[in-house]
Amino acid sequence: MVAVNVLGEGALADPSASPPGMQVGRRKRLNLFRWVTFTIFGLFFFLPLLAMIRFSLEGKKAGTFSATAWRQIPSTPGLLSAIEITLELAVITCAVILVLLVPTMIWIRLRVQWISRIFEFLCLLPLTIPAIVLVVGLQPIYNKIEHYSVSALQLFWVYVILALPYAYRSLSAGLTAIDATTLSEAARSLGASWFTVILRVIVPNMWQAIINALLLTSALVLGEFTIAEILNDITLQVALFNISRATANAGVLFSTSTAALLFAFALLLILSYVGRRRRRGRA
Amino acid sequence: MPFLGYVGVFLLLPTGIVIWDAVRNPAGQFDLSSLKLLFNPEVRSFFTGSLELSALSSVIGAVLGAILAYAVASGNPDGAVRRFYLAGSGVLAQFGGVTLAFAFNAAIGPSTGFLFHAGWYYAFPGGIGLIYIYFQIPLMVLVFLPAIDGLKVQWREATENLGGSTWQYWRHVGFPLLAPAFIGATLLLFANALSAYATIQAWENQIAYTAPQQIYIAINSEVGLASNEGDIIAVGMVVLVAIIMVGYFGLQRRAARWLR
Repeated sequence: MVAVNVLGEGALADPSASPPGMQVGRRKRLNLFRWVTFTIFGLFFFLPLLAMIRFSLEGKKAGTFSATAWRQIPSTPGLLSAIEITLELAVITCAVILVLLVPTMIWIRLRVQWISRIFEFLCLLPLTIPAIVLVVGLQPIYNKIEHYSVSALQLFWVYVILALPYAYRSLSAGLTAIDATTLSEAARSLGASWFTVILRVIVPNMWQAIINALLLTSALVLGEFTIAEILNDITLQVALFNISRATANAGVLFSTSTAALLFAFALLLILSYVGRRRRRGRA
Repeated sequence: MPFLGYVGVFLLLPTGIVIWDAVRNPAGQFDLSSLKLLFNPEVRSFFTGSLELSALSSVIGAVLGAILAYAVASGNPDGAVRRFYLAGSGVLAQFGGVTLAFAFNAAIGPSTGFLFHAGWYYAFPGGIGLIYIYFQIPLMVLVFLPAIDGLKVQWREATENLGGSTWQYWRHVGFPLLAPAFIGATLLLFANALSAYATIQAWENQIAYTAPQQIYIAINSEVGLASNEGDIIAVGMVVLVAIIMVGYFGLQRRAARWLR
């Protein structure tokens, strides 16, 4: 209480009162700096988005509003199927990432610590190999597997690789935050199988990290263009790109893009809400 | 171990194929001389374009991103502002791509812009650089924030107790501590811009400027400087990005010393 008074009034009474006085002046300057920064960056980030939304509502005559571009989404040839494929890809990629990474990471943490560095290297490796390079090498492989799978859904094989570094980082942060060894030893001595340990003891403790990993993975799949385009699979981004090639500035481009972006934001909100409720439930 | 098999088939094997195809001559024999193509003036111009664009967007993106990260970090660690900016950064850093080019075209496109009609929209590297900066800043915030969070209040207080000014704090304490993390993050942004392809493709300038664009042209057309031109440029890119990422991981390790 005394300290607070010194800090508040001392500064007003005697500006040269050194440390506490400087603190108040600095706080003020810092707050000014923060609000100026947030405003400028906020404008930079929101204006292009707002322009896109405005464009999606453009009427026949410039300056008028209409929802035509939004109504065109279902009737534009190929667009709906592209959206469907992209959403399915996101779900499949997320599922494969989970099945592939979570048990492996828990197993490495609990039983084979010594390979964790090699594992980390492999997971982060895709960061150093540009997608465009990967796809050049993938073409022969995809020519082979195209015999068995027919649709654009085959893309999930590569998307898992692309998402690997992001999912790994998120999951690894979650796994480090809990004492996995103690948890598993406790569960094991109570007679739990390894399956139970992973699924019912460790995984519930790292929900937040898993949700983060899934979010990053779905965002990546929704926005991926390079590989889909080169392998001639029509995903959402490729469909939009093709429309823009055919008719520049078609309204439906902007309405669909806006919809995709809003969808990503909505996904983020839902997932962060789920995460927060979990956390509150535990506390 | 299914993981190893998966990574092997879809990561290591394709990379191997690219490298293998790049070091063969048209007759199919092992021949390193095909890599000489990397120094062909035409091919070199694409790498120069890539490097220019990456340097511009990563340096500006890193400086602006660091300022924003500091503004975010100096607030309440559990506050709504911080959560909002972090969530937004997560989406926007991945948002680079076709959609981003549309958004900028809608905002400042030379004939369609709602804000103004930018005559320099199709300038290289200026116009596309601005679009790149849009996804570089959020990435910088994401990778640089932990470093700023690692700055301890005690260091600031110690400086003040010894009579140091704000300028002296940054000059002798803050900047030197953050420098490895900052340079490391800039390298990551650089590699990010180097690998980017979708945005510049959807930017709808009719000319190819960067190495990824040239790879696309090379693998989609029969005529080229060599039958394996795409593979050769791809190898050049892998080497470039690998060098940058080695630097990144090295600096990251150095920076981590102060973040405990």
